[in-house]
Amino acid sequence: MTKIKLISFFFFILFLNSISSAKEPSILITEIVNEASVILSSPDPVEAKIIRLNNIAENNVDINGIGMYTLGKYRKGLNEDQKIKYNKLFKSYFLKSFSSRLVDYSDPKISVVSEKKINEKYTIVSSVLEETSKNPEIKIDWRIYTKNPERPLIRDLIVEGLSLARTQKEEFKSILQNNNGDIDYLFKSLEEFIIK
Amino acid sequence: MKKILKVFIICLISQLATFSLLAGSDGSLEIKNKAKGQDKEVKDCFETVNRGIFAFNQGLDKVFFKPIAKGYRYLPKPIRSGTSNALGNLSNVVTIPNNILQGQFKEAGINSLRFSINSTLGIAGIFDVASYYGLKKQDKEDYGQTLGTWGINEGCYFVLPVLGPTTVRDTIGSLANFGGGDAWYNVTIANDTKYFENSDYYYSRLTAGVDFRAKNLEAFTSLENNSMDLYASVRSLYLQDRKRKILNSDETTETMNDDDWEEIDTQ
Repeated sequence: MTKIKLISFFFFILFLNSISSAKEPSILITEIVNEASVILSSPDPVEAKIIRLNNIAENNVDINGIGMYTLGKYRKGLNEDQKIKYNKLFKSYFLKSFSSRLVDYSDPKISVVSEKKINEKYTIVSSVLEETSKNPEIKIDWRIYTKNPERPLIRDLIVEGLSLARTQKEEFKSILQNNNGDIDYLFKSLEEFIIK
Repeated sequence: MKKILKVFIICLISQLATFSLLAGSDGSLEIKNKAKGQDKEVKDCFETVNRGIFAFNQGLDKVFFKPIAKGYRYLPKPIRSGTSNALGNLSNVVTIPNNILQGQFKEAGINSLRFSINSTLGIAGIFDVASYYGLKKQDKEDYGQTLGTWGINEGCYFVLPVLGPTTVRDTIGSLANFGGGDAWYNVTIANDTKYFENSDYYYSRLTAGVDFRAKNLEAFTSLENNSMDLYASVRSLYLQDRKRKILNSDETTETMNDDDWEEIDTQ
């Protein structure tokens, strides 16, 4: 009887632990935004800022998932070698694009407004980028992949209703469509962008 | 010629109205669900020509709109806000009839009150006095959006010189402005009133373009720098934006189709 109690207690503790380690998507975004804000407002050189921003992205963004989504129907035609090459190139492309978009902001003030769970896999976190003397207020929604609640990951940024992932997907599709679906041409374009 | 154009537009509008009647009382919901579920592709029928016009527009932007927008940014903020408010107020003359055509009677009432208050107490719309009375700014509406809510498909996507991206549906919608659907056009160009000149209309359109460009200077530069195919990015952004406006929803979950994401499992 004592053994059963002990085992039950052990599982109870395990259960509590799993609850406590689950991260709320809105908390994830608040933490990321605060961290990015500290980096961007620091006096560090741009290169150092980019490295630190990229670390945030690598830890909190589902770069492989976005890469596969971006390929659309073409992802089904890739062999293993092409998949590995694509993932590697996409990661470099994504990080370069991500940091260069952010580094222009000196101290963005983003506040999380609400979160809405779509299903077990997705939650949308809504936030607002405060108005500055140059720019009006901007609504930013974050699509968070929550299949593993302990490690929620960002899959998309929806700025004023415009999805960055979808825009990127249609851009890649256009490149492939205009080059007879030749994946090597896309690789070449990605390489050119990375070294630009 | 003008009369023929008017008759053509009236015929077209009445034709479209028939579609809306057929949609029934739950038409807007059906259309919304349809738009949510289908996520259909919009054809870029003349892509080669479109890319040429897009390149021309890019050049025009570089030598004309961008420098002017940059200069406009140097104006004191109250002047820019006042200009933006006045232009926004003027756009109500197109938004209000479209609110009614889309069955948004509450929004039509709010916009009418806002327009009356801001045009008088707000000195031609320069000051947004209506907001102080609790009449918050509403989304803009146009005839292209109205056609969309009536269930009319976009048709082909194409790019117009100077004016930029559009679709067949949005172009037809714009034509309604010149056929009597835009009160500002009516009092400046269509009818010979002693209060306004033709140039007032053109200046207002030009200023609206510069104001829009100035508000998006960094966003456009970022897009240019981070796109491998800028034409495709702009096309995607335009079509996404129109879809969101037609659904009249700020809810991301209502405007995004999740199907493709569901297939991707990385955890």
